[in-house]
Amino acid sequence: MDEVLLRSLTPSVLGILVRRGADFAAAEDAVQDALVEAIRVWPADPPRDPKAWLVTVAWRKFLDATRTEAARRRREDLVDEEPAPGPATAVDDTLQLYFLCAHPSLTPSSAVALTLRAVGGLTTRQIAQAYLVPEATMAQRISRAKRTVASVRFDQPGDVATVLRVLYLVFNEGYSGDVDLAAEAIRLTRQLAAAIDHPEVAGLLALMLLHNARRASRTAPDGSLVPLAEQDRSRWDTASIAEGVEILQAALARDRLGEFQAQAAIAALHADAPTAEETDWVQIVEWYDELARLTDSPVVRLNRAVAVGEAEGPRAGLAALAALDDSLPRHTAVAAYLHERDGDLERAARLYVEAAEKAPNLAERAHLTRQAARLNARLRR
Amino acid sequence: MAKYLLLKHYRGAPAAVNDVPMDQWTPEEITAHVRYMDDFAARLQESGEFVEHQALTPGGTFVRYDGEGRPPVTDGPFAETKDLIAGWTVIDVDSYERALELAGELSAAPGAGGKPIHEWLEVRPFYPAPFTITE
Repeated sequence: MDEVLLRSLTPSVLGILVRRGADFAAAEDAVQDALVEAIRVWPADPPRDPKAWLVTVAWRKFLDATRTEAARRRREDLVDEEPAPGPATAVDDTLQLYFLCAHPSLTPSSAVALTLRAVGGLTTRQIAQAYLVPEATMAQRISRAKRTVASVRFDQPGDVATVLRVLYLVFNEGYSGDVDLAAEAIRLTRQLAAAIDHPEVAGLLALMLLHNARRASRTAPDGSLVPLAEQDRSRWDTASIAEGVEILQAALARDRLGEFQAQAAIAALHADAPTAEETDWVQIVEWYDELARLTDSPVVRLNRAVAVGEAEGPRAGLAALAALDDSLPRHTAVAAYLHERDGDLERAARLYVEAAEKAPNLAERAHLTRQAARLNARLRR
Repeated sequence: MAKYLLLKHYRGAPAAVNDVPMDQWTPEEITAHVRYMDDFAARLQESGEFVEHQALTPGGTFVRYDGEGRPPVTDGPFAETKDLIAGWTVIDVDSYERALELAGELSAAPGAGGKPIHEWLEVRPFYPAPFTITE
């Protein structure tokens, strides 16, 4: 039994059922039933068109399930509407699932879970493991999400930006247990990019490829963080970088700039530098200016201050930083770094300690404490 | 087997013997400390005595219900004197003595100068599951 084939067919079968008018939860149940049937029947009697087979069986299962006195009218309408049997159309119904799963009525975490389940075809157990929560918790989250979208009539395309945000969330989780969410996000974004022609989809795909290409060098064997400047660049995945750059260039050439393309451009400039010293910081600052114009995000302006510090010196960086709210996440860490580069080691050490206390995760906390320890050791000498 | 909670405090526990703030260690000492903690957890997994461990951020807030239709009362950040949990390890061991032994081992994680920190850890037994009574 070809499990990979089944997993790749599941989303589009589900998409067809939803498009024909089945509500999401019922459609999912029907598809699961059809998969069980497939596992039972296919080994002895393989279908000629597996997708068409699954659609037919899933649709029958759905009709069976809705066959109650109360649903009789609706069922008869649905039977009337049933398209003539034959090979499944080449129209990518998976696309509809993307929009449904990223529906604005869902919270970001529900949207992510539902996308992984419905579009990614992952099991609830795999998603739970990736998010380090008990399976029962994830099952609840997913069924709540399904209930939320159950009444959503799906006949018009949703907002691509929302879909991209959900995929980016999946990518950023990046846990690697049974399922590598970063790789899964790339797979799904590739699928989306193949289905719709949109420069920002390409931009996000390029961004993911460029980030992921550097992933292996980002942590030391003991799990500690390795800053960009100290990473072993020979461990970067050059094939992935080349692909990302090519996708990005094609997207940029269409002259419809968006935030993912701009972020990818920055990642590309980093990936392109043979050594940290050769990084083109001046161009990076320019891209951050574009990004600030597109998003007006304080996080972008914080990153911009770092880039300014590299391009024009730590004093200029500190001046850019002074204009920002110091309650921003990582503001203190950036200040520590710029003060260190400016030669004020005592102040930098103090700020690193402060930044460590505010660190969003253990790896960053340990990294910042190490920076403080390194400076304090130098100051004692 | 019985479960015990080993609690590590940011504040509130008596001072450790080798009580030097982490930012005054050398980076190598920090690395050695982290490795010791990882090895400790790995060894417990091997012996089947590991349940879980978690670290907590320093920030915390006390919250209390303040009546129908009113937002909860919050109090925080913590004053200096308040007890502040840094993290925990849950173990499942044969005896109280074994729990003490493991807590001692964890307390001996290396700190400044590569010497054990001798920090105080709190050991708290879990209530066991109720007995099944057959009549």
